[in-house]
Amino acid sequence: MLRWIVWRDLMLAWRRRADMLSTVFFFVIVVSLFPLGIGPETQLLRTIAPGVVWVAALLASMLSLGRLFANDYQDGTLEQLLLTPQPLFLVVLGKTLAHWIVAEVPLVLIAPLVGVQFDLSRETLWVLFVSLLVGTPVLSLIGSVGAALTLGLRGGGVLISLLVLPLYIPALIFGAGAVEASVMGTSPSAHLQLLGAFAIVSLLFTPWATAAALRISLE
Amino acid sequence: MSPGTFVQLTGPNGSGKTSLLRILCGLLAAAEGQIMWEGANIRSLGEEYVAQVTYVGHRHGIKDEFSAVENLRISNALNGVSVNQDRAFEVLGQMGLAGRESLPARLLSEGQRRRVALARLLVCDTKLWLLDEVLTSLDKGAVSLVRSLIENHVAGGGIAIVATHQELELPIGRTKRLELTT
Repeated sequence: MLRWIVWRDLMLAWRRRADMLSTVFFFVIVVSLFPLGIGPETQLLRTIAPGVVWVAALLASMLSLGRLFANDYQDGTLEQLLLTPQPLFLVVLGKTLAHWIVAEVPLVLIAPLVGVQFDLSRETLWVLFVSLLVGTPVLSLIGSVGAALTLGLRGGGVLISLLVLPLYIPALIFGAGAVEASVMGTSPSAHLQLLGAFAIVSLLFTPWATAAALRISLE
Repeated sequence: MSPGTFVQLTGPNGSGKTSLLRILCGLLAAAEGQIMWEGANIRSLGEEYVAQVTYVGHRHGIKDEFSAVENLRISNALNGVSVNQDRAFEVLGQMGLAGRESLPARLLSEGQRRRVALARLLVCDTKLWLLDEVLTSLDKGAVSLVRSLIENHVAGGGIAIVATHQELELPIGRTKRLELTT
Protein backbone atom coordinates (compact mmCIF):
# COMPACT_ATOMS: atom_id res chain seq x y z
CA MET A 1 0.00 0.00 0.00
CA LEU A 2 2.90 2.29 0.89
CA ARG A 3 4.39 1.30 -2.45
CA TRP A 4 1.31 2.53 -4.32
CA ILE A 5 1.36 5.94 -2.64
CA VAL A 6 5.04 6.42 -3.33
CA TRP A 7 4.58 5.28 -6.93
CA ARG A 8 1.59 7.59 -7.40
CA ASP A 9 3.45 10.64 -6.10
CA LEU A 10 6.55 9.84 -8.13
CA MET A 11 4.44 9.52 -11.28
CA LEU A 12 2.74 12.84 -10.52
CA ALA A 13 6.11 14.50 -9.99
CA TRP A 14 7.36 13.03 -13.25
CA ARG A 15 4.36 14.44 -15.13
CA ARG A 16 5.21 17.87 -13.73
CA ARG A 17 8.99 17.69 -13.81
CA ALA A 18 9.35 21.45 -14.24
CA ASP A 19 8.44 21.83 -10.55
CA MET A 20 11.20 19.45 -9.55
CA LEU A 21 13.78 21.13 -11.77
CA SER A 22 12.98 24.58 -10.39
CA THR A 23 13.93 23.40 -6.89
CA VAL A 24 17.25 22.01 -8.11
CA PHE A 25 18.05 25.15 -10.12
CA PHE A 26 17.21 27.34 -7.14
CA PHE A 27 19.66 25.36 -5.02
CA VAL A 28 22.42 25.48 -7.64
CA ILE A 29 21.99 29.22 -8.25
CA VAL A 30 21.87 30.21 -4.57
CA VAL A 31 25.01 28.19 -3.81
CA SER A 32 26.81 29.59 -6.86
CA LEU A 33 26.05 33.22 -5.99
CA PHE A 34 28.39 33.14 -3.00
CA PRO A 35 31.66 32.30 -4.75
CA LEU A 36 30.75 34.77 -7.48
CA GLY A 37 30.06 37.52 -4.96
CA ILE A 38 33.03 36.88 -2.70
CA GLY A 39 35.67 36.25 -5.32
CA PRO A 40 38.55 33.76 -5.35
CA GLU A 41 39.44 33.87 -1.66
CA THR A 42 39.74 30.14 -1.22
CA GLN A 43 40.32 30.19 2.53
CA LEU A 44 37.15 32.20 3.16
CA LEU A 45 35.13 30.10 0.70
CA ARG A 46 36.21 26.89 2.41
CA THR A 47 35.11 28.31 5.77
CA ILE A 48 31.65 29.42 4.64
CA ALA A 49 30.93 26.46 2.32
CA PRO A 50 29.26 24.16 4.91
CA GLY A 51 26.84 26.83 6.08
CA VAL A 52 26.05 28.13 2.60
CA VAL A 53 25.29 24.72 1.08
CA TRP A 54 23.18 23.63 4.02
CA VAL A 55 21.20 26.87 4.24
CA ALA A 56 20.57 26.70 0.48
CA ALA A 57 19.27 23.14 0.91
CA LEU A 58 16.90 24.30 3.68
CA LEU A 59 15.56 27.14 1.55
CA ALA A 60 15.20 24.93 -1.53
CA SER A 61 13.12 22.45 0.42
CA MET A 62 10.81 25.34 1.44
CA LEU A 63 9.98 25.79 -2.24
CA SER A 64 8.65 22.28 -2.67
CA LEU A 65 6.96 21.77 0.70
CA GLY A 66 3.96 23.90 -0.19
CA ARG A 67 3.04 21.39 -2.89
CA LEU A 68 3.32 18.34 -0.65
CA PHE A 69 -0.39 18.23 0.23
CA ALA A 70 -1.83 21.35 -1.44
CA ASN A 71 -2.44 19.85 -4.90
CA ASP A 72 -4.13 16.78 -3.46
CA TYR A 73 -6.18 19.00 -1.18
CA GLN A 74 -7.47 21.13 -4.04
CA ASP A 75 -8.64 18.33 -6.30
CA GLY A 76 -10.18 16.29 -3.48
CA THR A 77 -7.79 13.33 -3.73
CA LEU A 78 -6.53 14.06 -0.22
CA GLU A 79 -9.97 13.33 1.27
CA GLN A 80 -10.00 10.11 -0.73
CA LEU A 81 -6.57 9.23 0.66
CA LEU A 82 -7.91 9.83 4.17
CA LEU A 83 -10.74 7.44 3.38
CA THR A 84 -8.53 4.57 2.28
CA PRO A 85 -8.52 1.63 4.67
CA GLN A 86 -5.00 2.05 6.01
CA PRO A 87 -3.46 4.01 8.86
CA LEU A 88 -3.08 7.65 7.92
CA PHE A 89 0.51 7.78 9.12
CA LEU A 90 1.41 5.27 6.40
CA VAL A 91 -0.14 7.51 3.75
CA VAL A 92 1.81 10.43 5.19
CA LEU A 93 5.02 8.39 5.31
CA GLY A 94 4.59 7.39 1.67
CA LYS A 95 4.00 10.95 0.53
CA THR A 96 6.94 12.22 2.59
CA LEU A 97 9.21 9.53 1.17
CA ALA A 98 8.16 10.49 -2.36
CA HIS A 99 8.81 14.15 -1.53
CA TRP A 100 12.28 13.28 -0.31
CA ILE A 101 13.06 11.34 -3.49
CA VAL A 102 11.70 14.07 -5.76
CA ALA A 103 12.81 17.24 -4.00
CA GLU A 104 15.80 16.33 -1.82
CA VAL A 105 17.69 13.50 -3.48
CA PRO A 106 18.55 15.62 -6.56
CA LEU A 107 20.06 18.23 -4.19
CA VAL A 108 22.07 15.56 -2.40
CA LEU A 109 23.42 14.27 -5.71
CA ILE A 110 24.31 17.67 -7.11
CA ALA A 111 25.77 19.11 -3.88
CA PRO A 112 29.29 17.63 -4.34
CA LEU A 113 29.36 19.21 -7.80
CA VAL A 114 28.42 22.71 -6.63
CA GLY A 115 30.74 22.21 -3.63
CA VAL A 116 33.70 22.23 -6.01
CA GLN A 117 33.20 25.99 -6.40
CA PHE A 118 34.23 26.38 -2.75
CA ASP A 119 37.58 24.66 -3.24
CA LEU A 120 36.60 21.78 -0.96
CA SER A 121 38.80 18.70 -0.88
CA ARG A 122 37.53 15.39 -2.23
CA GLU A 123 37.14 14.05 1.29
CA THR A 124 35.10 17.07 2.39
CA LEU A 125 32.84 16.79 -0.65
CA TRP A 126 32.18 13.19 0.35
CA VAL A 127 31.28 14.31 3.90
CA LEU A 128 29.00 17.00 2.43
CA PHE A 129 27.22 14.33 0.38
CA VAL A 130 26.81 11.99 3.37
CA SER A 131 25.65 14.78 5.69
CA LEU A 132 22.97 15.83 3.20
CA LEU A 133 21.96 12.21 2.60
CA VAL A 134 21.42 11.69 6.32
CA GLY A 135 20.03 15.15 7.01
CA THR A 136 17.59 15.82 4.15
CA PRO A 137 15.03 13.21 5.30
CA VAL A 138 14.68 15.42 8.39
CA LEU A 139 13.76 18.33 6.12
CA SER A 140 11.00 16.34 4.42
CA LEU A 141 9.71 14.83 7.66
CA ILE A 142 9.55 18.01 9.73
CA GLY A 143 8.43 19.97 6.69
CA SER A 144 5.46 17.65 6.22
CA VAL A 145 4.12 18.71 9.63
CA GLY A 146 4.30 22.36 8.58
CA ALA A 147 2.74 21.62 5.20
CA ALA A 148 -0.17 19.78 6.84
CA LEU A 149 -0.75 22.50 9.43
CA THR A 150 -0.84 25.32 6.86
CA LEU A 151 -3.01 23.40 4.38
CA GLY A 152 -5.69 25.56 2.81
CA LEU A 153 -4.50 28.76 4.48
CA ARG A 154 -3.90 31.89 2.46
CA GLY A 155 -0.22 32.79 2.44
CA GLY A 156 0.57 29.25 3.60
CA GLY A 157 3.99 29.35 1.94
CA VAL A 158 5.35 32.06 4.19
CA LEU A 159 3.74 30.47 7.21
CA ILE A 160 5.43 27.14 6.49
CA SER A 161 8.82 28.85 6.49
CA LEU A 162 8.11 30.54 9.80
CA LEU A 163 6.93 27.28 11.35
CA VAL A 164 9.47 24.90 9.94
CA LEU A 165 12.77 26.75 9.52
CA PRO A 166 13.35 27.13 13.30
CA LEU A 167 12.77 23.38 13.66
CA TYR A 168 15.45 22.73 11.05
CA ILE A 169 18.12 24.37 13.22
CA PRO A 170 19.44 21.14 14.81
CA ALA A 171 19.80 19.53 11.38
CA LEU A 172 21.60 22.63 10.13
CA ILE A 173 23.99 22.71 13.08
CA PHE A 174 24.92 19.02 12.93
CA GLY A 175 24.95 18.85 9.12
CA ALA A 176 27.05 21.96 8.57
CA GLY A 177 29.09 20.97 11.65
CA ALA A 178 30.08 17.67 10.07
CA VAL A 179 31.30 19.37 6.90
CA GLU A 180 33.09 22.02 8.93
CA ALA A 181 34.86 19.37 10.99
CA SER A 182 36.06 17.80 7.76
CA VAL A 183 37.29 21.18 6.48
CA MET A 184 39.23 21.61 9.75
CA GLY A 185 40.71 18.15 9.32
CA THR A 186 38.94 16.49 12.25
CA SER A 187 36.53 13.56 12.21
CA PRO A 188 32.93 14.41 11.25
CA SER A 189 31.52 11.18 12.68
CA ALA A 190 30.18 12.69 15.95
CA HIS A 191 28.16 15.27 14.04
CA LEU A 192 26.93 12.70 11.56
CA GLN A 193 25.82 10.39 14.32
CA LEU A 194 23.88 13.15 16.04
CA LEU A 195 22.33 14.07 12.70
CA GLY A 196 21.36 10.43 12.16
CA ALA A 197 19.81 10.29 15.62
CA PHE A 198 17.80 13.41 14.84
CA ALA A 199 16.62 11.84 11.57
CA ILE A 200 15.47 8.69 13.38
CA VAL A 201 13.60 10.66 16.03
CA SER A 202 11.89 12.69 13.28
CA LEU A 203 10.95 9.49 11.47
CA LEU A 204 9.38 8.10 14.63
CA PHE A 205 7.31 11.11 15.59
CA THR A 206 6.52 13.35 12.63
CA PRO A 207 4.27 10.98 10.61
CA TRP A 208 1.84 10.90 13.53
CA ALA A 209 1.98 14.65 13.99
CA THR A 210 1.41 15.19 10.27
CA ALA A 211 -1.51 12.74 10.26
CA ALA A 212 -3.15 14.56 13.16
CA ALA A 213 -2.54 17.93 11.49
CA LEU A 214 -4.10 16.67 8.24
CA ARG A 215 -7.24 15.53 10.04
CA ILE A 216 -7.57 18.97 11.61
CA SER A 217 -6.92 20.78 8.32
CA LEU A 218 -9.53 18.72 6.47
CA GLU A 219 -12.36 19.19 8.97
CA MET B 1 -30.70 2.10 8.93
CA SER B 2 -31.04 -1.41 7.57
CA PRO B 3 -29.40 -2.97 4.51
CA GLY B 4 -31.14 -2.12 1.26
CA THR B 5 -32.01 1.43 2.22
CA PHE B 6 -31.80 4.43 -0.03
CA VAL B 7 -31.81 7.86 1.57
CA GLN B 8 -32.26 11.00 -0.43
CA LEU B 9 -30.88 13.99 1.41
CA THR B 10 -32.47 17.27 0.39
CA GLY B 11 -32.48 20.80 1.72
CA PRO B 12 -31.57 24.33 0.70
CA ASN B 13 -27.95 25.39 0.14
CA GLY B 14 -26.07 25.60 3.39
CA SER B 15 -28.43 23.33 5.29
CA GLY B 16 -25.64 20.89 6.10
CA LYS B 17 -25.99 18.11 3.54
CA THR B 18 -22.28 18.00 2.83
CA SER B 19 -21.41 18.32 6.51
CA LEU B 20 -23.67 15.41 7.36
CA LEU B 21 -22.08 13.23 4.68
CA ARG B 22 -18.60 14.20 5.82
CA ILE B 23 -19.54 13.33 9.39
CA LEU B 24 -20.93 9.99 8.21
CA CYS B 25 -17.71 9.07 6.43
CA GLY B 26 -15.58 10.20 9.36
CA LEU B 27 -13.84 13.19 7.76
CA LEU B 28 -15.58 15.53 10.17
CA ALA B 29 -16.13 14.95 13.89
CA ALA B 30 -19.71 15.34 15.05
CA ALA B 31 -20.23 18.11 17.59
CA GLU B 32 -22.74 15.94 19.41
CA GLY B 33 -23.77 12.31 19.23
CA GLN B 34 -22.00 9.48 17.50
CA ILE B 35 -22.24 7.40 14.35
CA MET B 36 -22.67 3.70 14.95
CA TRP B 37 -21.86 1.03 12.36
CA GLU B 38 -22.95 -2.54 13.15
CA GLY B 39 -23.13 -1.64 16.82
CA ALA B 40 -19.78 0.09 17.19
CA ASN B 41 -18.71 3.72 17.03
CA ILE B 42 -17.08 4.54 13.68
CA ARG B 43 -14.34 6.46 15.51
CA SER B 44 -13.23 3.29 17.26
CA LEU B 45 -13.71 1.10 14.17
CA GLY B 46 -11.34 3.32 12.17
CA GLU B 47 -10.03 1.63 9.04
CA GLU B 48 -12.43 -1.28 9.43
CA TYR B 49 -15.34 1.11 8.86
CA VAL B 50 -13.63 3.14 6.15
CA ALA B 51 -13.14 -0.08 4.16
CA GLN B 52 -16.95 -0.40 3.91
CA VAL B 53 -17.58 3.14 2.68
CA THR B 54 -17.30 4.81 -0.69
CA TYR B 55 -17.54 8.58 -0.63
CA VAL B 56 -17.81 10.70 -3.74
CA GLY B 57 -17.66 14.36 -2.83
CA HIS B 58 -18.27 17.38 -4.97
CA ARG B 59 -14.60 17.71 -5.58
CA HIS B 60 -13.98 14.85 -7.99
CA GLY B 61 -10.95 13.37 -6.31
CA ILE B 62 -9.19 12.62 -9.58
CA LYS B 63 -5.75 13.80 -10.61
CA ASP B 64 -5.52 16.00 -13.72
CA GLU B 65 -2.12 14.57 -14.59
CA PHE B 66 -3.37 10.99 -14.75
CA SER B 67 -5.54 9.45 -17.43
CA ALA B 68 -8.97 8.07 -16.61
CA VAL B 69 -7.60 4.53 -16.49
CA GLU B 70 -4.73 5.50 -14.19
CA ASN B 71 -7.06 7.44 -11.91
CA LEU B 72 -9.40 4.48 -11.60
CA ARG B 73 -6.65 1.93 -11.07
CA ILE B 74 -4.67 3.98 -8.55
CA SER B 75 -7.62 5.06 -6.44
CA ASN B 76 -8.77 1.45 -6.27
CA ALA B 77 -5.31 0.11 -5.53
CA LEU B 78 -5.11 2.51 -2.58
CA ASN B 79 -8.43 1.12 -1.40
CA GLY B 80 -7.04 -2.40 -1.61
CA VAL B 81 -9.04 -3.36 -4.74
CA SER B 82 -6.89 -4.28 -7.71
CA VAL B 83 -8.37 -3.44 -11.09
CA ASN B 84 -6.51 -4.69 -14.14
CA GLN B 85 -6.16 -2.76 -17.36
CA ASP B 86 -8.93 -4.63 -19.22
CA ARG B 87 -11.41 -4.27 -16.40
CA ALA B 88 -10.63 -0.54 -16.11
CA PHE B 89 -11.28 -0.03 -19.84
CA GLU B 90 -14.52 -2.02 -19.58
CA VAL B 91 -15.78 0.01 -16.61
CA LEU B 92 -14.92 3.34 -18.22
CA GLY B 93 -16.68 2.18 -21.38
CA GLN B 94 -19.77 1.49 -19.30
CA MET B 95 -19.51 5.01 -17.92
CA GLY B 96 -19.63 6.35 -21.48
CA LEU B 97 -15.93 7.25 -21.67
CA ALA B 98 -14.98 4.85 -24.46
CA GLY B 99 -12.15 6.26 -26.54
CA ARG B 100 -11.11 8.74 -23.86
CA GLU B 101 -9.67 6.31 -21.34
CA SER B 102 -6.06 7.30 -21.92
CA LEU B 103 -6.42 11.06 -22.13
CA PRO B 104 -5.09 13.07 -19.19
CA ALA B 105 -8.07 14.00 -17.03
CA ARG B 106 -7.37 17.71 -17.43
CA LEU B 107 -8.48 17.42 -21.07
CA LEU B 108 -11.87 15.98 -20.09
CA SER B 109 -14.98 18.06 -19.61
CA GLU B 110 -16.51 18.59 -16.17
CA GLY B 111 -19.17 15.95 -16.78
CA GLN B 112 -16.62 13.45 -18.05
CA ARG B 113 -14.42 14.00 -14.99
CA ARG B 114 -17.47 13.37 -12.85
CA ARG B 115 -18.01 10.13 -14.75
CA VAL B 116 -14.42 9.07 -14.03
CA ALA B 117 -15.00 9.74 -10.34
CA LEU B 118 -18.25 7.75 -10.43
CA ALA B 119 -16.60 4.81 -12.21
CA ARG B 120 -15.29 3.86 -8.77
CA LEU B 121 -18.82 2.84 -7.83
CA LEU B 122 -18.75 0.10 -10.47
CA VAL B 123 -15.67 -1.63 -9.08
CA CYS B 124 -15.92 -1.11 -5.33
CA ASP B 125 -17.56 -3.69 -3.11
CA THR B 126 -18.41 -1.41 -0.20
CA LYS B 127 -21.68 -1.51 1.70
CA LEU B 128 -22.26 2.18 2.29
CA TRP B 129 -22.24 4.77 -0.48
CA LEU B 130 -22.16 8.44 0.41
CA LEU B 131 -22.69 10.56 -2.67
CA ASP B 132 -22.60 14.32 -2.47
CA GLU B 133 -24.21 16.27 -5.32
CA VAL B 134 -22.97 13.70 -7.79
CA LEU B 135 -25.58 14.50 -10.42
CA THR B 136 -24.43 18.04 -11.10
CA SER B 137 -22.96 18.56 -14.59
CA LEU B 138 -24.10 15.11 -15.71
CA ASP B 139 -26.30 14.69 -18.79
CA LYS B 140 -29.59 12.75 -18.78
CA GLY B 141 -28.00 9.50 -19.88
CA ALA B 142 -25.43 9.64 -17.09
CA VAL B 143 -28.05 10.51 -14.49
CA SER B 144 -30.09 7.43 -15.40
CA LEU B 145 -26.87 5.38 -15.34
CA VAL B 146 -26.10 6.59 -11.82
CA ARG B 147 -29.69 5.87 -10.82
CA SER B 148 -29.39 2.29 -12.04
CA LEU B 149 -26.07 1.90 -10.22
CA ILE B 150 -27.66 3.03 -6.97
CA GLU B 151 -30.64 0.78 -7.66
CA ASN B 152 -28.43 -2.28 -8.08
CA HIS B 153 -26.45 -1.39 -5.00
CA VAL B 154 -29.58 -1.03 -2.86
CA ALA B 155 -31.13 -4.16 -4.35
CA GLY B 156 -27.97 -6.03 -3.39
CA GLY B 157 -28.37 -5.06 0.25
CA GLY B 158 -26.24 -1.94 0.24
CA ILE B 159 -27.05 1.44 1.72
CA ALA B 160 -26.86 4.62 -0.32
CA ILE B 161 -27.14 8.12 1.09
CA VAL B 162 -27.33 10.67 -1.68
CA ALA B 163 -27.44 14.43 -1.31
CA THR B 164 -29.11 15.91 -4.36
CA HIS B 165 -31.47 18.60 -5.54
CA GLN B 166 -32.86 16.42 -8.32
CA GLU B 167 -35.60 13.88 -7.80
CA LEU B 168 -34.15 10.41 -7.65
CA GLU B 169 -37.12 8.07 -7.15
CA LEU B 170 -36.12 4.45 -7.03
CA PRO B 171 -38.70 1.81 -7.91
CA ILE B 172 -37.37 -0.72 -5.43
CA GLY B 173 -36.19 -0.90 -1.84
CA ARG B 174 -36.99 1.41 1.00
CA THR B 175 -36.63 5.00 -0.02
CA LYS B 176 -36.35 7.52 2.75
CA ARG B 177 -36.28 11.23 2.36
CA LEU B 178 -34.42 13.38 4.83
CA GLU B 179 -34.97 17.07 4.49
CA LEU B 180 -32.57 19.38 6.28
CA THR B 181 -33.52 22.94 7.10
CA THR B 182 -31.33 25.87 7.95
